[in-house]
Amino acid sequence: MSSFEDLLADDGRVEPRDEMPDDYRRTLVRQIAQHAHSEIIGMQPEGNWISRAPSLRRKAILMAKVQDEAGHGLYLYAAAETLGVDREDLLDQLHTGRQKYSSIFNYPTLTWADVGAIGWLVDGAAIVNQVPLCRCSYGPYARAMIRVCKEESFHQRQGFEILHTLSHGTPAQRAMAQDAVDRYWWPALMMFGPPDADSPHSEQSMAWGIKRFSNDELRQRFIDMTVPQAEALGLTLPDPELRWNADRGHYDSGPIDFTELFEVIKGNGPCNAQRMAHRVRAHEDGAWVREAASAYAAKHAARTREGAA
Amino acid sequence: MTNSVKDWPLWEVFVRSRRGLSHVHVGSLHAPDAEMALRNARDVYTRRQEGVSLWVVPSAQIVASEAGQRESFFDPAADKVYRHPTFYDVPEGVEHL
Ligand SMILES: [Fe+2]
Ligand SMILES: [Fe+2]
Repeated sequence: MSSFEDLLADDGRVEPRDEMPDDYRRTLVRQIAQHAHSEIIGMQPEGNWISRAPSLRRKAILMAKVQDEAGHGLYLYAAAETLGVDREDLLDQLHTGRQKYSSIFNYPTLTWADVGAIGWLVDGAAIVNQVPLCRCSYGPYARAMIRVCKEESFHQRQGFEILHTLSHGTPAQRAMAQDAVDRYWWPALMMFGPPDADSPHSEQSMAWGIKRFSNDELRQRFIDMTVPQAEALGLTLPDPELRWNADRGHYDSGPIDFTELFEVIKGNGPCNAQRMAHRVRAHEDGAWVREAASAYAAKHAARTREGAA
Repeated sequence: MTNSVKDWPLWEVFVRSRRGLSHVHVGSLHAPDAEMALRNARDVYTRRQEGVSLWVVPSAQIVASEAGQRESFFDPAADKVYRHPTFYDVPEGVEHL
C-alpha cells in the first residue's frame, strides 16, 4: 500500500479506482453516508415551516434552502457510491437504524424563530465543519463539499436575517428570537462531536487526511465567530461563562453537558422516532413514482429495440 | 428490463458553464433513462445558473485508462522534454521567440 501512503504524505488526493486500505474505505463510507443522511433528514425540521412562513419572500427562500439540502444529500450519496456502495443500500441502512444522522435534527422547531436559529447556528456550525472537508484526502468527497460549501453561505445568512428582523421587532418577536437561540445554542455546539479526549475515530481520520482539525478546535472556531454575531443581533447566548480571553485570543466558554448528546444519539431525543417515521413514510409514498419511471423507461427501451430490429 | 431503482443506471453529468468553454464533469446521478437523467441533472447541478448546456453520459459507456498502468501509459512522455519551449537555449537579447 506504499502508493497510498506516498499520496497522503504528498497531500495528494485519493481517487475512486486507486488502491486504498479497507479501513480507509470503510471510514469514508460511514462518514459520507452519515453526512448524506443528515442532509436529507435535515430537510424535516425546516420543511415543517414552509407552509407557515410569514411572507412569500420567506417562503420562497425557505423552499430554496430545503431543496439545496436535498441536493447536498444527492452529491454525498453519489460520492459514497464511488467507494463501491449502493445508494439504495445506504438508504435502507438509514431506514433500519443501522446508520446514523446528525443528532441536531432530533430537536423540534417550535416557532418561526427556530428556522432563523437553525440557519444561523446549525448551518453556521455545519459550515465550520465542512470547509476543511473541501481539502479531504478523498477526491470525490472533497469535490462534493466544495459545491456544498458554496451553497451553504446563503443558508446561514437567511437565518441570521430572520433573527435580526425578529430581534428588532415587537417585544414578543424579540423574546421568540431569544428563546430559539437559548434552545439551539448548546445542541449546535454538540454538532462538533465529543471532546477530543473522548473522540474514538479522530486520530486515525486526521492521519488519513479525512479530518484536518480536531472537534474542539472547530468548536472553538465556531464560538469565536458566533459571539460577535450574537452581539450584532442584540441577543445573548445562554452561557454565563462566555468571555473573551485576551491571553488565549479566544472566547472561554462553560462546560457542555454531553450526557444529553449521548441520550439523543441513543435515540432518546425529542424527535428521533418522528424523524425516522416521516422519512420511511416519504420513501414508501414515493415508491409509485419510482416504479412508474422504471416502467416508462423499460417500455421505451423495448420500443427502441423493436424499431432497430 | 429496468424495474427497480437498483437497476437505474448511473449517469455522469457534464456542464458547460458559459459559451466558449468546454463541458466539465460535475458529478453523477441515477436515472431510469436519458431524459430523466437530463432533467434531474438540471435540478441537482444547475440550480444557480451554473450552466448553459448539459451532457449526461451513461457511466458504463466511459472507457478509462487503467489506474494500475498509469506509469507505463503516461511515463513515455516524461523523457521528451524537447516538447516544451523551455528546453531550448535562446541567445541573450533575442525577443519574441
Ligand atoms: Fe446542507
Ligand atoms: Fe444548509
